[in-house]
Amino acid sequence: MEFHSHLMVALDVNGRRHEVSIDARTTLLDLLREHLELTGAKKGCNSGECGACTVHLNGRRVNGCLVLAASAAGAQVMTIEGLAENGKLHPVQQAFIDHDAFQCGFCTPGQVMSAVALLREGHVTSPSEIREWMSGNLCRCASYPQIAAAVGAAAALARDS
Amino acid sequence: MQTFAYGRAAGMAEALAEGGSDTAFLAGGTELLNWLRLGIARPSRIVDIAHLEGLAGIMPLPNGGLRIGALTRLNDVALDDKVERGYPVLAEAILKSASAQLRNLATIGGNPLQKTRCSYFRAEEPLPCNKRKPGSGCAALNGINDKHAIFGWSEACVAVQPSDPATALAALDAVYVTAHKDGGRRIKAEEMHLLPGETPHIDNVLRDGELIVGIELAGPAPHSAYLKLRERESYEYAIVSAAVALDLAGERIVHARIALGSVAQKPWRLTEAERALEGLMVSDTAAIREAIDASFGAARPLAHNAYKVRLAKNAAARAIRRAART
Repeated sequence: MEFHSHLMVALDVNGRRHEVSIDARTTLLDLLREHLELTGAKKGCNSGECGACTVHLNGRRVNGCLVLAASAAGAQVMTIEGLAENGKLHPVQQAFIDHDAFQCGFCTPGQVMSAVALLREGHVTSPSEIREWMSGNLCRCASYPQIAAAVGAAAALARDS
Repeated sequence: MQTFAYGRAAGMAEALAEGGSDTAFLAGGTELLNWLRLGIARPSRIVDIAHLEGLAGIMPLPNGGLRIGALTRLNDVALDDKVERGYPVLAEAILKSASAQLRNLATIGGNPLQKTRCSYFRAEEPLPCNKRKPGSGCAALNGINDKHAIFGWSEACVAVQPSDPATALAALDAVYVTAHKDGGRRIKAEEMHLLPGETPHIDNVLRDGELIVGIELAGPAPHSAYLKLRERESYEYAIVSAAVALDLAGERIVHARIALGSVAQKPWRLTEAERALEGLMVSDTAAIREAIDASFGAARPLAHNAYKVRLAKNAAARAIRRAART
């Protein structure tokens, strides 16, 4: 078994393949922000307490600050930058705008990525279920009522379409 | 963060061969990365076991129980039909842990090995903490200790084990199955964690290089429930939690198993109460309260946490009622 303190990592981010040379200590969040210049995922607490760094790893929402980039080699990653298609916002992004679901906006990319995954997971049958399954994303401006409303509206839209 | 070298294990034998005091295993990473940042762990090598085949998934056992692979992510355990139906106490404990994102990373084998949330232990600047630095003292003993232990603490350490799943597993008499290059073993859930005594820096009985590979549950515990009391309703550690599994004959308690979380450095079984509960009707609130009291003679609250004694008794009583209704 080989050990490296510096290594090459190949992974797919928003549908594009990247090969990056990193220090073994690099997190997935730092790889995205510092190496790929994808600064949508935010570094809030850098310890798994705020959710601002939420991205999708192989289709599941995770805290990017708690994933070692080396361990994500070969993975498929989706960030907020990969959500819009052909210039058209994802329905969750549009719902956040329609419901004023942010103030300062720092937590918003994490909130949106979390909500997009939540719609797939299906834990959206009631406002209380939405709040529980969105609890991993803190908002210091406390836009929680608007965020929950936006997620509920996006879920209703997804059900009707 | 101190430098380390990273390696990805191709198989179990290879991972075990590399295990040792200077090497950390990486599974979900939700604890290890924070330990590395804070300097709680300073391994020179990290063996990535997250990609090993065959260690994730939930299989029925011939005795009617389940074997849960250690690398099964927390959400995948809690949302599994067999767990939801047969072991509600475990499903509830998991879904009340952390957040959806963290539960997509964290594994059922790693979660019980998380370390205390004592803010002195997790401080970014060094503070007296025998768990962090043996011999440096315990800042919590005469400091802010409202969230700390009421059972089993020592002058050296008053911290608590925060894992919700570990508390449920203790109430279910689960067994941790381990592997090691010199041979694996089976460890009862109740015997995994260690009280602080004079060596609070040793959290559990695992040897260097020993890996939890699976968790075994005996037959289903449909009358079971997990109650978690905390300062906010979600995404927060427990002040007190109670895991209860009942065997019922109609409304009568045949056998009760109760473990409290966040009251000691290990899931705290209420052995005396469990005996006293045998034969009681689930509707007999006064008798149940008296039975629970039997386990609180050993409670020793600290300066700021006497409230946890009453909270823990109430939590146990409520969790019994909830378990009886399931």
